[in-house]
Amino acid sequence: MGNITLRKVNKSFGATQVIPGIDLNIEDGEFVVFVGPSGCGKSTLLRLIAGLEDTTSGTIEIDGRDVTGAAPAKRGLAMVFQSYALYPHMSVRNNIAFPLKMAKLDHGAIDKKVTEAARVLNLTNYLDRRPGQLSGGQRQRVAIGRAIVREPSAFLFDEPLSNLDAALRGTMRLEISELHHQLQTTMIYVTHDQVEAMTMADKIVVLNAGNIEQVGSPLDLYHRPDNLFVAGFIGSPRMNFATGEFSRPYNAHTIGVRPEHLQLSTQSGTWRGVVGVAEHLGSDTFLHIHVEGIGLVTARVGGDFAVSHGDHVFLTPDEGRVHRFNDKGLAIR
Amino acid sequence: MARAVSTRRTAAFTIAAWIVALIIFFPILYTIITSFKSETEAIQGFSLIPSGTVESYVDVQTQKDYFKPFMNSVILSVGSTLLALLISVPAAWSMAFSPTKKTKDVLMWMLSTKMMPAVAVLVPIYLIFRDFGLLDSRLGLTFMLTMINLPIVIWMLYTYFREIPGEILEAARMDGASLWGEIIYVLTPMAVPGIASTMLLNIILAWNEAFWTIRLTTTNAAPLTAFIASFSSPQGLFWAKLSAASTLAIAPILIMGWFSQKQLVRGLTFGAVK
Repeated sequence: MGNITLRKVNKSFGATQVIPGIDLNIEDGEFVVFVGPSGCGKSTLLRLIAGLEDTTSGTIEIDGRDVTGAAPAKRGLAMVFQSYALYPHMSVRNNIAFPLKMAKLDHGAIDKKVTEAARVLNLTNYLDRRPGQLSGGQRQRVAIGRAIVREPSAFLFDEPLSNLDAALRGTMRLEISELHHQLQTTMIYVTHDQVEAMTMADKIVVLNAGNIEQVGSPLDLYHRPDNLFVAGFIGSPRMNFATGEFSRPYNAHTIGVRPEHLQLSTQSGTWRGVVGVAEHLGSDTFLHIHVEGIGLVTARVGGDFAVSHGDHVFLTPDEGRVHRFNDKGLAIR
Repeated sequence: MARAVSTRRTAAFTIAAWIVALIIFFPILYTIITSFKSETEAIQGFSLIPSGTVESYVDVQTQKDYFKPFMNSVILSVGSTLLALLISVPAAWSMAFSPTKKTKDVLMWMLSTKMMPAVAVLVPIYLIFRDFGLLDSRLGLTFMLTMINLPIVIWMLYTYFREIPGEILEAARMDGASLWGEIIYVLTPMAVPGIASTMLLNIILAWNEAFWTIRLTTTNAAPLTAFIASFSSPQGLFWAKLSAASTLAIAPILIMGWFSQKQLVRGLTFGAVK
């Protein structure tokens, strides 16, 4: 079981309030991603759940048990750190076995669990090496191995892939998702990368300045962002925003249109602009278009759309795909 | 061309380094040379070539027992080092990994005690030692040497511990290690190079400490520093014998230092090169 409930969790460092008061419920078996810009408090929130930081006020419950004051080891959670945090003086085998040794399991049981974890994570041939002799991806797998042998009620991941190169990040993303399907254990995953959030999560928690901006499934957040922050943060490239004369026809203070929801034409359309930089990705092209009164608008078109720098084009937002926001930045529905 | 210049510069620096090293080492070298002279040779004036006699060594051995002060030096320096480590590992741990606003002040205060002239507290310390019956006891002196070197040991360990990523200790905490488990299984093994060089340096400092060891001992707990001092006293000046006694006293630590120099240098530059 791994049901985690936060009630009015507040964290201050001295006079600085990092998390003003968060209520959140994480169901057993869910893959929850905390996402937000740097300094939004997502790592702090994870560390509060882990018990590595003390809450200033509020309570944290795991499976109905109040663990607010409990030591990290007593919470039944396992954590994978950004820097892997492997024990450099121990072999891979001893790294994975460490939590079991601390739990005072007998040698036979430890051996069995370590062998099994190594098999699952493809580490069998590396058990006698030191972390320093492994590649980044292997180190990350050791860190995960050390977490799974404990059979925790939930896994906590603190930006685990940010030290890896792009290709490896993609592979590890799949491996972690696959692991979640196998283990069916609650996972809380912190990242600033919204692609990781979108691809892995059952539920995304978008944080900004210590506050939860929105909680929902990836597609929920994509299709129905509650406010300007979530609208701008989720989706790549970023949503385009327009105000004033552009939003007035929609009865809104601000409107938002995703790059993929703009129709481009060289003949006619709602907004007129001049093509700036074109980023060709092969399958798609991202056009950065100067529209007077809005600024730079990004549009996503097919890979073969033929325009070049300085061309005049027309943009038309897809009706029904325009997001409307009031003067407080909240979505109008 | 550039290469030739840099080679010349390297040569110049090498020569300069050798000269500086020789200047630093010269007093020790001259002590060793003098110890192989006869007493008459020793007072005749500056000479780098001794006659090679070992009579001073024989005299020193027959006049005084070398073994007892030697053992005292070993016990005092190793004992005080172990005691200092026992206190300073947890102290440095807490300051390095859960610092408070006052941590810097505490560290500075500890160091400031080293700036105080030792002679300023000679009388009170002497009286305390007398009243507690610690004069001329190994226990008292071990304690004294521990206190003297504790600030340096804590500072050194603090510096090494700061180099260890806090996340590793947090991982140990998540993995169920208790506070002592964390210190014993994770922190200490990772800090072994640092702890080893701290130990070596502290042993050397304790071995060479000559202010308190001479003043707080007479015979029983007297280490080699007191052994040397005893040759400079009443009968007048016997340079050759004094040099022989000094050579005997510094030989063990010199040899130890020679064999552990790599470890020492590595420890002293730990923070700089990593």
